[in-house]
Amino acid sequence: MDHLDQLEAQSVFILREAYRKLKPLAMLWSLGKDSNVMLWLARKAFLGRVPFPVMHVDTEKKFPEMYKFRDEYTEKWNLDLLLGYCPPVEEMDPTLPPAARSAARKTAGLAAMIEKHKLQGVIAGIRRDEQGTRAKERVFSPRGASHKWDIRNQPPEFWDQYATPHEDGVHIRVHPLLAWREIDIWRYIEREGIPIVDLYFSKNGKRYRSLGDQDITSPIDSEASTLAEIITELETTRTSERAGRAMDHESEDAFERLRVAGYL
Amino acid sequence: MSETLTATTVIDPIDRDVALESATPIVIVGHVDHGKSTLIGRLLYDTDNLEEGKVAQIIESSKKRGLTIEWSFLLDSLQIERDQGVTVDSTRIPFRLGNRQFVIVDAPGHRQFLRNMITGAADADAAVLVVDANEGAQEQTRRHAMLLRLIGIRHIIVLLNKVDLLNFDEQKVRAVEQSVTSLLAQLDLTPSLFIPASARDGDNIASRSERSPWYKGPILTEALAEVPDGNIRATLPFRLPVQDVYRFDDKRYVVGRIERGVVRVGDELSIGSQNGTARVASIERWSAPVRDEAAAGESVALVLEPDVIPARGDFLYSPHQAPEKSARIRANLFWLRQEPLRAGETFRLRLATAEHQVTVASIDSVLRLDDLTEQQADEVGPEGFAEITLVAGEAIQFDPFSPGTSDGRGVLVDRNQRIVGGAPLLGPATVAAGSHAIHPSGGEVSTGERARGKGHKACVIWLTGLSGAGKSTIARLAERKLYSDGIDAYVLDGDTLRMGLCSDLGFTEADRHENVRRAAEVAKILAQTGQVVLVALISPLRADRALARKIIGEEFEEVFIDTSLATCEERDSKGLYRAAREGKIENFTGISAPYEAPEKPDLHIAADKGDAGQNATKLTDYILSKVR
Repeated sequence: MDHLDQLEAQSVFILREAYRKLKPLAMLWSLGKDSNVMLWLARKAFLGRVPFPVMHVDTEKKFPEMYKFRDEYTEKWNLDLLLGYCPPVEEMDPTLPPAARSAARKTAGLAAMIEKHKLQGVIAGIRRDEQGTRAKERVFSPRGASHKWDIRNQPPEFWDQYATPHEDGVHIRVHPLLAWREIDIWRYIEREGIPIVDLYFSKNGKRYRSLGDQDITSPIDSEASTLAEIITELETTRTSERAGRAMDHESEDAFERLRVAGYL
Repeated sequence: MSETLTATTVIDPIDRDVALESATPIVIVGHVDHGKSTLIGRLLYDTDNLEEGKVAQIIESSKKRGLTIEWSFLLDSLQIERDQGVTVDSTRIPFRLGNRQFVIVDAPGHRQFLRNMITGAADADAAVLVVDANEGAQEQTRRHAMLLRLIGIRHIIVLLNKVDLLNFDEQKVRAVEQSVTSLLAQLDLTPSLFIPASARDGDNIASRSERSPWYKGPILTEALAEVPDGNIRATLPFRLPVQDVYRFDDKRYVVGRIERGVVRVGDELSIGSQNGTARVASIERWSAPVRDEAAAGESVALVLEPDVIPARGDFLYSPHQAPEKSARIRANLFWLRQEPLRAGETFRLRLATAEHQVTVASIDSVLRLDDLTEQQADEVGPEGFAEITLVAGEAIQFDPFSPGTSDGRGVLVDRNQRIVGGAPLLGPATVAAGSHAIHPSGGEVSTGERARGKGHKACVIWLTGLSGAGKSTIARLAERKLYSDGIDAYVLDGDTLRMGLCSDLGFTEADRHENVRRAAEVAKILAQTGQVVLVALISPLRADRALARKIIGEEFEEVFIDTSLATCEERDSKGLYRAAREGKIENFTGISAPYEAPEKPDLHIAADKGDAGQNATKLTDYILSKVR
């Protein structure tokens, strides 16, 4: 087994644990490259099916290409799509910096969906290498009634034995991609032929390395217009993947505050 | 700014295939201040695994503090905890050495160290044990070494750090090496290598030191490059713990991850819980090339013929190479709960995908960290190591744990679904001559389910206080209020118990002790049914109440009904005080036998200050805050 085989086998194991232990369960689909890989892994785990709903928490500020992609693959992959919308930015914590405040809408939208569908498990495509606070995450990360992430009191997690919810109001965030690195994602997309939104590919010297809301996401300078070129570019870059995501950089603790409050 | 832990270095396109190899996890352990962080910083720097600008930052902040270069600032700057001055969890740092990828696992800090370290280190292939050559092995050196042994890390590189303080004197370094070797030998560990080094100055980390010309062995980076791939799993007899069974489009798939060995289409497999075998009709994959075999580490979907339905937790294995089967299992243990473990406690043992109800039949020995000897003891303290015997109601199939494998090791889970210990299994336990083999079987319905069903949690409210303090009265009033509030509450009253269950007991200290023990055991059973149990019992001795707390566990709440002796004697509703004063009753609490008031009760009711109704309200409010 090579590195990608090992990552795939582990993610499949995690998804099958989640499907077995958490009911009701849903997978977040942000339409980005990571969540497409995650959907693909679910189809690996369940022999071509996705046996739980896929949730898009819509900020209504995504790129048009992303909405088109969503509608196309919902049908092609026979997905049970749950749509949720986010409250207006005016309702968010005014002490947050502007972009983080905008991103907080998604936390609120997600919380509402978890409540509405009484979810016990939410599968999300975060990775350890994206961001310092995500590096601290568990594969099964319990969230209390307020959805808060209790970073100081995370359960032990070893030997593939994961936390299970022990009381009402607790849900589990499941992170099957935690051990993947950005470059693994791209190599896997290349190996498996996984479709992605073409905003990732360079046009006129610019491409998106990470996709979020239109107003708080910027493209990077890049000539990489094929998967092979993107992989080569990543092998030589020293800047961080989320450099184009404004809410990460407004203040030192902005992202941590978002995550503790329940952001992905 | 966001901290990106990715230490990306330039990779030649030629190296692309190499980069596809998986990363080797290396855990770095050692006593506090022996130089772990400095080592990691230095290693990342010397191997060009740092992002640009990082080094300048470190030099800058070191200068500010009048230091030459403080490498540990690098790691501290990676920790989100630095602002709050608390270290909360382990971090993984990817790092690349020539053609090989590693992940450095660093579990800093002391708070719940074991819990955090095990979370990061459980699957490491090798460890670097950092020992200050000047100080020698310390308490945490021993603790970490023990954990390495239990989780099966056998490839250990000992880095003797700060040898500059010994002036690189060969004889002195050899002496430390000797003492660490004999310490590890006590744990049955043989280090692969000792490296004399100074992490701060970079001696023998990534470049050979001129200050230790007598040292001819590999330096740290060379040693890491030679860490063997410990994966022997595929060469062992086949084991697949069933994870789930799916039925899609009239086809049944048995899914799970292969823990050991290889399976091929056509193989005959035994199925744990069933007699007989089944044949592997096909190995199903989606969007992947067809292959007729699969090996350890792969997550597979098998179609069996005949179409049998195994259960989650069942082992699939080659019929001639069956795993062990026993209802009594000896196991190693590292204990993660803050409260100590005692024999008699019941847990769920999660073993791969199986789950069994087990009781700790005995604590066979506990490791004393001071001298690494195994001692007899009644309990295993927090972060302690022990050997224990587990018993189950049914025979459990398992393979004893051995280094290089990923199964044969279970976790103990308490009734609140918390992981409280790790238990690498040693083998079947024999029943000692003369002892009764007890095989308690626990319930199938979990505490959580019962709590959901009842709409509240269970607990035992232990009311202690003098005779006549008002315990029973307050308890009965509270019982009524709670019941009207939808709480399934019940009072266990001392006098009532003495009428029946405890009618054979008198009032000697031994009998009082037994009385408390029985009350606690009954209360525990009632609490397990999901009830809120109010125990009204004088229980005058601290030791007895401690026993009750031990029996009942974390559902135990001590409530002190604090009524002065004068008030009790004045009330004397049962005429007992007068009789005691007249010498008609012996061993009467408060008069001729001691009452030891609780030092820190969970709730203190100064009963003199209110009437029974007010006191009952206080108690009711407290209980509601605990169970709702």
